[in-house]
Amino acid sequence: MSKMIIPILVMALTTYFIRMIPFVFVRKKIENRFIQSFLYYIPYSVLSAMTIPSIFYATGDLASAIVGTIIAIVLAYRNCPLIVVALAASAAAYATMLVTPLLI
Amino acid sequence: MHPFRKGIRQGIPIALGYLSVSFSFGILAIQSGLTVLEAVLVSITNLTSAGQVAGVQLIGVSAALPELILAEFIINIRYALMSLALSQKADRSFTLPHRLLASYGVTDEIFAVSSIQKEPLKPSYMYGLTVIAALGWTAGTWLGASAGTLLPQQITNALGIALYGMFLAIILPPARKSRGILAAVLIAAAISVLIKFCFRSMSGGFAMILAAVAAAAICAVVFPVDTQKEAES
Repeated sequence: MSKMIIPILVMALTTYFIRMIPFVFVRKKIENRFIQSFLYYIPYSVLSAMTIPSIFYATGDLASAIVGTIIAIVLAYRNCPLIVVALAASAAAYATMLVTPLLI
Repeated sequence: MHPFRKGIRQGIPIALGYLSVSFSFGILAIQSGLTVLEAVLVSITNLTSAGQVAGVQLIGVSAALPELILAEFIINIRYALMSLALSQKADRSFTLPHRLLASYGVTDEIFAVSSIQKEPLKPSYMYGLTVIAALGWTAGTWLGASAGTLLPQQITNALGIALYGMFLAIILPPARKSRGILAAVLIAAAISVLIKFCFRSMSGGFAMILAAVAAAAICAVVFPVDTQKEAES
């Protein structure tokens, strides 16, 4: 434990300060329309960039990841709850892994 | 409904999504030479996915502390943007101690859920989201670290896509309704793919920031948001 505790705390503090500083020190309402719009779009662009292309590598093989992604997109488009989309994508990926060896 | 309970309720899908992801993190932490207790300690103090994965990999190879700090900084700098956006949505009851405490819970998913709320954010709502999400994240880490290697590899692999499925479920419904959001999603995805295949040496965390910032900036110019109208609608 003693050897690991320092790097773990260093990681934790770095991550905390990144989150805390803007939340504590930028309290004035931003009036600038560009910055307002920019902050409005940031959550969507961040999540999109995090998901694509990483989702295609998430299961360790491309075929199951593609099937999982398609299922996730179809269900998300139909406004299914988050957890339903998440678990259906995993189930579809798992089913694909089971079926693929039978097809080849 | 009390804001804390509302936070808990909205945080349940996040916690379930986290369970599966932190489960694989728990396995990775053990493989990198951490004990179960250390893996759990990393999760409860950091509450972040990509940063923790990079962190335990660096700890595993005994990297120097400055390198660890730099890696965490680059991967997690997106939280600064999210905190900035959330700070704009915080209501008057968000005093300094609340801000110091709630900052701990700024994750991609908590940000995604809280930033699309119509009303200003209350501290107790943020605590509800954070408590349940941190519980799922820590419990999943503990399970993965202590039992992960017992599960078939294919199941662990299939669970890896769960979190991304949840991201799609967050961004696609609003993208159907707003051309600006749809553009932000598509541009960010396109730049992200471009970097992945054309600038292979760029770190994943940095590529993500670049793609997200560029897409949001383009959309802010092309589809500026009328905050007056947004508030009325």
